[in-house]
Amino acid sequence: MRRIVVAVMSTISGLVLLFSYHTSTNQLGETEAASVQSRSAASAPADPPVTSDDTAGDTSSDSSSGTLASGTFTGDSVATRWGPVQVEITVKNGKITKSEAIVYPTENHRDVEINDNALPILSDETIQAQSAQIDFVSGATVTSDGYTQSLQSAIDQAFQ
Amino acid sequence: MIEAVPPPPRRAVVEQIMGMPVGVHVRGDGARGTDVEAAIQLGLAGLREADAVFSTWRSDSAIERLRRGELTVTQCSPEVAAVIELCDAARERTAGWFEYLIDDGSGTRLIDPTGLVKGWAVERALTAVVVALEGQGATGLDVAVNAGGDVAVHRAAVDGRSWLAGIEDPADRSRILATVELASGGIATSGSAARGAHIVNPFTGERVARGGSVTVYGPSLMWADVFATAAFAYGDGGLEWLADRPGFRSEGYGAVVVTAAGLTLRLAPSCTPLPPVL
Repeated sequence: MRRIVVAVMSTISGLVLLFSYHTSTNQLGETEAASVQSRSAASAPADPPVTSDDTAGDTSSDSSSGTLASGTFTGDSVATRWGPVQVEITVKNGKITKSEAIVYPTENHRDVEINDNALPILSDETIQAQSAQIDFVSGATVTSDGYTQSLQSAIDQAFQ
Repeated sequence: MIEAVPPPPRRAVVEQIMGMPVGVHVRGDGARGTDVEAAIQLGLAGLREADAVFSTWRSDSAIERLRRGELTVTQCSPEVAAVIELCDAARERTAGWFEYLIDDGSGTRLIDPTGLVKGWAVERALTAVVVALEGQGATGLDVAVNAGGDVAVHRAAVDGRSWLAGIEDPADRSRILATVELASGGIATSGSAARGAHIVNPFTGERVARGGSVTVYGPSLMWADVFATAAFAYGDGGLEWLADRPGFRSEGYGAVVVTAAGLTLRLAPSCTPLPPVL
């Protein structure tokens, strides 16, 4: 939940993160990124309680942090190196259900290609990924110590 | 979960090599035969050999002796020169965000190809297993080698089953953020979730302490790993930076970037990766 809240904040404040992080001058800069843990960093537009529906779709150990107001939010238009970008997101029951670039660069082929391909992964995809029959887990390098408890270890054991 | 086609037989062997769990998976009819075990062991032996030459944790490795000035490059096995050449190519391709000559603190720059050797060695181990299986007449088997979350895969049949990799959430490692289908090639993720801040910004010499992760996948695990590590060191804006790397788009690499703020972005490959030459 906390991660998604921060993601929404990022998205609302413009898809600047997507294209040109360097131009970000609002509260979404690196300082906020460093304080993902803090409650204030994830201050959503409103603060209703987390519904049970939210926690079901989010396996995060901490489900008590901030949540999102439902509705459609349009971010500020942000100038990027490839042209202006403006994003609209839809939040329902505390989750981003839709994320759409309503203004985006169309000047040349390459920009369109980048824009079509480089889009935020929605929470829906994450939820689907939980139930996929994956063969491997790719993550920051697993050490010998951490392996025993890992999802990869469980997959390996199934075939030994 | 109900699947239309039952999953094929599969055999996995896991060993601790280079300080991490290395898993070799063989999949397909006959995957649980005894000959398969021998082929897997051949691949694992290749990784242990690479570790003996390149480990910076073993004082008797060629790399450590090179660092102490006891050997010259030409006195080492030819693999050392080959890896150094690849490191130079990696530095160039990443505009210096991959670096293998590391300041030891006193101004002396010591060779440390660790960031590239793992992918290189894992790819080589994959090839060894595939070639050994084919030599046994065991065609039609898919092979994957997973070294601590960086995976090289081979698919035997062009229209065969892909390998499905799950990308873990750096903020909650029990959670899968997204999945990537791989036919042949590799996938690598760099971040600080497992080992803390261990990736160094080559331009400042400082460890990169931010959160998030960078996953790159495409035709070569070695290059995927180099790109992922360099992009993580680069920081915010890593996705567009990756898109601009020579060959990244044209050779069919894709990326999933989790920004420090927790937003997940995907750059899908722009073409179907070519299978690696074995």
